Amino acid sequence: MAGTAVRGRLTWQVATAGSLTDETPAVRTIELDVPDWAGHSAGQHIDVRLTADDGYVAERSYSLASAPGEPVAITVERLNDGEVSPYLTEDLRSGDAIEIRGPIGGYFVWPWQDDAASPLLLVAGGSGVVPFRSILRHRAELRIKTPTRLLYSARSLPDVIYRAELDATQDGVEVSYTLTRQQPPGWTGHSGRVNGELLREVAWPSSQQPIAYVCGPTAFVESVASGLVDLGYPPNRVKTERFGGVGGP
Amino acid sequence: MDALDGNAIAGLLHEVFGTEMTTATGRCGNCGFIAPVAETVVYLDAPGTVMRCRRCISVLMVVVRRAEMNCVDLSGLAALDELTAV
Repeated sequence: MAGTAVRGRLTWQVATAGSLTDETPAVRTIELDVPDWAGHSAGQHIDVRLTADDGYVAERSYSLASAPGEPVAITVERLNDGEVSPYLTEDLRSGDAIEIRGPIGGYFVWPWQDDAASPLLLVAGGSGVVPFRSILRHRAELRIKTPTRLLYSARSLPDVIYRAELDATQDGVEVSYTLTRQQPPGWTGHSGRVNGELLREVAWPSSQQPIAYVCGPTAFVESVASGLVDLGYPPNRVKTERFGGVGGP
Repeated sequence: MDALDGNAIAGLLHEVFGTEMTTATGRCGNCGFIAPVAETVVYLDAPGTVMRCRRCISVLMVVVRRAEMNCVDLSGLAALDELTAV
């Protein structure tokens, strides 16, 4: 299969790891050189496949962290009992080859061409922020004026991924953090889990016909999505993406 | 393993159907609930991959891989239409 890319087919190909950036002690961004990359939309992902010496195969899906047009990059959080993430975050070196396929998915993609007038709400739990980096970079590069808010729930300030980049966003993007487990002295952001009260404060009023994207661990996504529906967001204006993993943001 | 959603099997579905399927619309054969494939409930380790209705939790689709072949059971779906994106 590999090497014979048929139009429309999704084929595995070999990518080469480029620069590696440690975002937090448990999270690494990996740039990938992919020879036949067709280009991607903000919010899409790739599948990564690792094959052990004995033939055992493990596959995982990772959101693309880079904007369309930028080098392909994924940001991976290490799950200590994981089969793929410990290798990607600890053992992989620049120049190593891994198998990938993609870009994949079309649902968790921001259709800015059709929906630029609707205020955009992004709600991230933990590494659920990864596809939003792609969306925010894309928005900035194309100078899209859509009013945008990111609400990002993390365990503690050192667990915040892309903090410097998010703190530097401007031009109609408001970023708010809520820290669920530990707040530094003098913390002026939000504390605790995202609940109805916090959503009411941060989310665009439903009367402005916003569109919301929610990405994070399953329990986080369920809770935030139902909170937004309670605030009057139509369910089809709340797009969700769930991933498994650690105990939540 | 946690229940995920249809986004998590976008690659598998593309492999099976030959096209992007998370924006396709599925109708539950049990309760009639209509939703994008991305919003269904998905278990990756069921064994096999199992997709369930978000409203009534009926099984919509099962994919089991055997010897490089995907065995796909769609009998829980009343309809699956890639042309009517929600």
